[in-house]
Amino acid sequence: MSLSTVAGARLVARKDLRIEQHSRVALAQMLPFGMLVLILFAFALDPSRDVLTRATAGLFWMTVLFTSTLAVQRAFAVEVDDGALDSIRLSGISAASVFLGKVSALVIQLLVLEAVLALGVAILYNTDFGGWAMLVAVTLLSTIGMSAAGATYGVLVSRLRHSSTLLPLLLLPLLAPVLIAATKGSEVALGQEAGQSWSWVALLAVFAISYLVLGVVLYRPLLEET
Amino acid sequence: MTTPDPPPSDSLRSVPRADPAVELRSAVALLGRFPALAGCDLEVASGEIVLLRGPNGAGKTTVLRVCAGLVPVVEGSARVLGVDLRKDQSGVRQRVGLVGHSGGLYGDLTVVENAVFFAQASGLTHSDAMQALDRMGVATRLHPVAVHSLSAGQKKRVSFAAMLSRRPELWLLDEPHSGLDESARDDLDALLAAAAGAGATVLMASHELDRAGDVAIRTVDVVGGVTT
Repeated sequence: MSLSTVAGARLVARKDLRIEQHSRVALAQMLPFGMLVLILFAFALDPSRDVLTRATAGLFWMTVLFTSTLAVQRAFAVEVDDGALDSIRLSGISAASVFLGKVSALVIQLLVLEAVLALGVAILYNTDFGGWAMLVAVTLLSTIGMSAAGATYGVLVSRLRHSSTLLPLLLLPLLAPVLIAATKGSEVALGQEAGQSWSWVALLAVFAISYLVLGVVLYRPLLEET
Repeated sequence: MTTPDPPPSDSLRSVPRADPAVELRSAVALLGRFPALAGCDLEVASGEIVLLRGPNGAGKTTVLRVCAGLVPVVEGSARVLGVDLRKDQSGVRQRVGLVGHSGGLYGDLTVVENAVFFAQASGLTHSDAMQALDRMGVATRLHPVAVHSLSAGQKKRVSFAAMLSRRPELWLLDEPHSGLDESARDDLDALLAAAAGAGATVLMASHELDRAGDVAIRTVDVVGGVTT
């Protein structure tokens, strides 16, 4: 019996979050990595506190971007390590469900990581947060976009040799528009730059929706062996 | 493993079929550019237990993966459980069970979480998963243990349970006896016989010819991607 797309996605997301709950890779490795990057940026730019303050949004999203590639890698390593991906392909879960489940689990994990990293930014970079509605919109859409693109490319490279080095090479240039739009939108929200911040939010929405649609459509062939 | 008597339970699907369960004709399958199957012919009747034997790299695993609908057939014909795999490669997947070299499990999840996940992924229930674990003799004390902490033999039992909970019509087993102790091997043989008795078809690849040959009804040699 096949599951509905939503039921299948929920099952996959719950399974991924359960894996994280047991392994605590995000908590024990990705989060410290992200905090370390923030601290290193702070050390590197501290003599010029003004630069650090002005670059806060960019440094934050750069850190999130690096951390997200680790999260994507981890999300697919658990599928290929012991051949579980074959078991998934033999189950009643549709490819679209696998994609949406993976994206959901990544979004939840990244949002938690971003919340802690934001706290780190507030302490290390002495940032005053404002423009909450805009920040929440930027954060949510950026995270969905990164997760959707990550899940699409993650499965593409997961079965290749050297996938761990190949993924960032493919993913980082692809996510450049998200980095730019999230940084600009955050700067406007934080009052560091004047401008039409909602246009950046719109750009992030287009990116997120495009990759969600692309993933749902393309996941079936991407899951297959060639 | 629990010896499967009395035989057919809800976990051993009984499906009498007139057509062969597996019918490969001059099937060609590629792994990259390498023809892992180079014109393979194979016919397996429903309820049969067939052993594939041959040297390493002969194509035994590929035959199993083709029958599972995981590897495409690019030339020739392939029908499994009545499904034409050239037209619908994935159409047969939910009806077959595959236990391969790798366990196909999530190492960070517990035994129960794995079994329940794969049962629910196939639209079955928590109790189906528990029944399958019980049937495979997976001790209750192991249920909350992460799969990566298990021994190879225990892991294999969990893989079988995950497969069994899906109630497959065609069992595809790659080296099913490896990693199991003598008593577990006996139980596995009894389970295979019971499954075949209940109408399921078993196609397995093995190098342990004494053990697998005893339980198999027929043996097929695979050499260089073709059956001989």
